[in-house]
Amino acid sequence: MKSLLRTVIIFLILTILTGIIYPLLVTGIVQLLFPEKANGSLIVKGNKICGSELIGQQFDSLAYFSSRPSSVLYNPLPSGGSNYGLTNRKLVNLVTERKNKFIVSNYLDTLTVIPSEMLFASASGLDPHISPEAALLQVKRIVKYRGFSPEQRDKLSDLIKKLTEEPQFHLLGQARINVFLLNLSLDTIK
Amino acid sequence: MTVQDFIQIILFLGILTILTPVLGNYMYKIFTGRRHFMVTVLGWPEKLIYRLTGIDPYEETNWRVYTFNLIMFNLVGLLLLFAIQLLQSKLPLNPAGLPNVPWHSAFNTAVSFMTNTNWQGYAGETTLSYLVQMTGLTVQNYVSAATGIAVLLALIRGISRRSTDMLGNFWTDLIRSILYILLPLSILLACILAGQGVVQNFKEYETIHTLEGAGQVLPMGPAASQIAIKQLGTNGGGFFNANSSHPYENPTPLTNFLELLAILLIPAALTYTFGKMVGSTRQGWTIFIVMLILFISGLAISLFSEYSAHTIFGNIPLMEGKETRVGITSSVLWSISTTSASNGSVNAMLDSFSPISGMLAMINIMLGEVIFGGVGAGLYGMVIFIILTVFIAGLMVGRTPEYLGKKIESFEVKMAIVAILVPNMVIQIFSAFASISVPGISSLNNAGPHGLSEILYAYSSAAGNNGSAFAGLNANTLFYNLTLGLGMLAGRFGVIIPVLAIAGTMAKKKITPESSGTFRTDNWLFVCLLIAVIIIIGGLAHFPALSLGPIVEHLLMNNGMTF
Repeated sequence: MKSLLRTVIIFLILTILTGIIYPLLVTGIVQLLFPEKANGSLIVKGNKICGSELIGQQFDSLAYFSSRPSSVLYNPLPSGGSNYGLTNRKLVNLVTERKNKFIVSNYLDTLTVIPSEMLFASASGLDPHISPEAALLQVKRIVKYRGFSPEQRDKLSDLIKKLTEEPQFHLLGQARINVFLLNLSLDTIK
Repeated sequence: MTVQDFIQIILFLGILTILTPVLGNYMYKIFTGRRHFMVTVLGWPEKLIYRLTGIDPYEETNWRVYTFNLIMFNLVGLLLLFAIQLLQSKLPLNPAGLPNVPWHSAFNTAVSFMTNTNWQGYAGETTLSYLVQMTGLTVQNYVSAATGIAVLLALIRGISRRSTDMLGNFWTDLIRSILYILLPLSILLACILAGQGVVQNFKEYETIHTLEGAGQVLPMGPAASQIAIKQLGTNGGGFFNANSSHPYENPTPLTNFLELLAILLIPAALTYTFGKMVGSTRQGWTIFIVMLILFISGLAISLFSEYSAHTIFGNIPLMEGKETRVGITSSVLWSISTTSASNGSVNAMLDSFSPISGMLAMINIMLGEVIFGGVGAGLYGMVIFIILTVFIAGLMVGRTPEYLGKKIESFEVKMAIVAILVPNMVIQIFSAFASISVPGISSLNNAGPHGLSEILYAYSSAAGNNGSAFAGLNANTLFYNLTLGLGMLAGRFGVIIPVLAIAGTMAKKKITPESSGTFRTDNWLFVCLLIAVIIIIGGLAHFPALSLGPIVEHLLMNNGMTF
């Protein structure tokens, strides 16, 4: 009995140390050092929060660049992927469907090689990025739909260049562009 | 693959190798009670804990008491974690107003985190309150990792001491592991992660309106603190459902690299600690090299398979279930690291990997997670294979097998066999049962051979205390919650108890002085033998099942078959 009581006390002390003091200490430090990051990297437009820099959004309108396909339709509660195996017929059909849709809606040649992140759903269902190539393939549609002048078109090309993130430290990861941030800036092109 | 991909892999393995002696030496100093500045800084909470609990840090126990304390401690943790999930809605820090967890799911989760498995049948952001995540799961992330280290320390003492009963003090091993190793490293990592964008707050979920005007609810919470220890303690349980593929858990390539490093850091460094504690760093490096060879072999095959042309999709890169910021190479590297270690976190969905890459992840688990392995658990699993190897080598040359001067006799070999058989039996028997039962099959997300892979992976993950999944399988059912829970218990304590028993009998033996007839365990011949034994004894048992799952799926896929 005595040893059981001692075990419980040790467990409770370790709970206080690792379950309460530790997370509170970390919260304190990071709220002081990086409050925006620790609070979800939220982006404010006007005076309303319109999203997080890190969490992708669903874009159905032809006026916006499309995000990657998502098996949770960018609803983060809960996040997740399709978990389809490669021999799953549903996946094969979905890829063909997405490919056709991407080609038709972007006025592309049927033989265009489409970056594969636009055909496959992401792991989290919240992936905010696509490759710069996938963004460039959508420019024609955006320009046409928004009725952009050649000047505005150039501004859009500059924007894509500006928002393309190179590999971190030129070493880790790969070049990518944040669709949400891109669309946010797209609305400011006058 | 590009040159940059190769550079990333070499950088990863290089940093891991460089940090091994650095951290390994530090842990050696901590565990052998040598002077160190961290002890001066953090010594007072250690002393305070001893005063509050009445532990005598100099008191040592035999293996039976050590085991008893360990099991009692884990049992108390299990019951408390089970209880707070059942009472969640009545407890504070639940801003999302989440209801109580159903009992079988709570049982599964409690077992899962107590055994360092971190299998997750539930989705974090829609199931558990901040209170449960912090005081339940984060705590178990620490203590289950520290338990693994404690078992390893007892085993090392059993090997290095002579003619004694005493294996050390479970409480001091536990407390020192947490206080001097896991806690400082976690605080450092958590702060870096949060600086990159991992959330760490106690706010309510944020409801926002997207650019198109739709509603989106962004989950919040103290994630960074949990993710740091989840990687360092080879736990792997995500704060969010999508685990380390979630942008709030792993927002940038840098966080991806650091989390990856954190998964293997302590297990790799422990090989050096082992070498120092048994009096020969060469022995430690021998084990490290065996692990590294197995790691690179698995990685090479997996990368080759993932990058091969897949005609079924017109030879495009396979991005299903992968994140753009991570890319294919880092997804594969992570899958090999997380299954070599008993980590189980994922940054890409393993269910959607090519069949052979998925199989490699499974094989790493089936081998007993001895390739670096779980914190503590990987190395004590490796020692089990070493015992078998010297036994087999001894049989071949007709000598009494020895390891580090200790004779290996029938009791140790029997216990080693038990430690290998128990998890393997769980995998085979439970999978066979699930794949012919209605509740087992009705949870499948994929048909054909891939369905069998989902089941096989689930029980491998449970028995190996890994926690990763072919996540299409809906495991949050009564059937899977209970059978997987039992599998995790058997896989954890079915190994720990035999290992501690071996430690107990080894400690009693004398040390035979080295002679010209001693079979060396620190040269290339031994490296080859050990690798062969790991693959033959650990892996071959699963070959029939694997050939019905991923291997046949690979062949059918190349013939254009779908299900």
